[in-house]
Amino acid sequence: MGLLTSIRSSISKLFAASEPRRIGIYGPPNAGKTTLANRIARDWTGDAVGPESHVPHETRRARRKENVEIKRNGSSVNIDIVDTPGVTTKVDYTEFLEHDMAEDDAIRRSREATEGVAEAMHWLREDVDGVIYVLDATTDPFTQVNTMLIGIIESQDLPVLIFANKIDLEDASVQRIRNAFPQHETVPLSALEGDNMDEVYDKIAEYFG
Amino acid sequence: MAELTTGDDGNAPLDGVQIDLISTERMEGLRTMEKIHLILDGVRDGNIVILERGLDPDEESKLIEVTMGEIQPDGDGFTGIEIETYPGGTRNESGLLGRVLGRGEQSKLTVIGPANRIETLHKDENLIRTLIRRR
Ligand SMILES: Nc1nc2c(ncn2[C@@H]2O[C@H](COP(=O)(O)OP(=O)(O)OP(=O)(O)O)[C@@H](O)[C@H]2O)c(=O)[nH]1
Ligand SMILES: [Mg+2]
Repeated sequence: MGLLTSIRSSISKLFAASEPRRIGIYGPPNAGKTTLANRIARDWTGDAVGPESHVPHETRRARRKENVEIKRNGSSVNIDIVDTPGVTTKVDYTEFLEHDMAEDDAIRRSREATEGVAEAMHWLREDVDGVIYVLDATTDPFTQVNTMLIGIIESQDLPVLIFANKIDLEDASVQRIRNAFPQHETVPLSALEGDNMDEVYDKIAEYFG
Repeated sequence: MAELTTGDDGNAPLDGVQIDLISTERMEGLRTMEKIHLILDGVRDGNIVILERGLDPDEESKLIEVTMGEIQPDGDGFTGIEIETYPGGTRNESGLLGRVLGRGEQSKLTVIGPANRIETLHKDENLIRTLIRRR
């Protein structure tokens, strides 16, 4: 191998190392994905990603925060975080009406939600380098959507961390999530209260660095 | 209401539920999008579609994507799909090793129906109990 080739390969390695890895935040609606994305972005860049809400399908377009540099033990990892719409197999606009929404707003929300989910699925096949799968630890993790999504992520051989969110709530069960997905690392946290964020960043650095 | 009356799609009898049980052989000859349209055409007619052998993860991902595209909130009332598979858990084997060893997602029995008519009442490793509403 000539000098030029070896220079070229070390240059490309240099770029590969500094190129941020794109980490998709996936999970069912209302799990706390945006709350988490905002916390990560605020902790390391100072500003937020998008609005949070108790009404499902608040996030209807994948939103990206680029070049988030997370410092751990003297080294740093550089990631782009992508907050995605909650994945589902069904959207019924009439359910939004129960949240005091006018009919045409509900229809618009529904249409945006379906487009956003389709886009998020497409991205998962083409465009992410790793996945944080966020679950609300107060709800049953053993759902078809979770099983399918984890299966899809595994089939792409993407590194994945499962985040058991909302541990500040009394009926949260991290163990139930560990039992449902024993093959993956589960990290407990409260994205809202900021509980256990040190371990969260350690694991992000370990898995996606 | 007379038994012979048909639904407004002119297809399924008003008071019954049609179940399509699709064999592994039938699915094997189809491409991904053909499989997805076969499933969604059935479900949109109000039928329950049962696949002897389920979809692979990539096909499941595209099924969700295409389903989302077919939901029109001010359209014909289609609100998406309900889907259940057997066995349910991912339990490690669907990872790289499982695929190399050629173990089956193959054998995964899959039930798909219209979200507004099908409801899973109970699910564990040994039983899926589903309620299908009449239209
Ligand atoms: N108690 C508690 N509530 C939380 C936590 N994280 C998020 N929430 C709340 O859960 C609700 C949903 O949060 P979001 O961050 O909007 O959820 P999401 O997963 O982005 O939802 P979609 O975008 O609709 O898919 C909001 O009311 C949040 O305040 C948490 O750690 N603890
Ligand atoms: Mg969100």
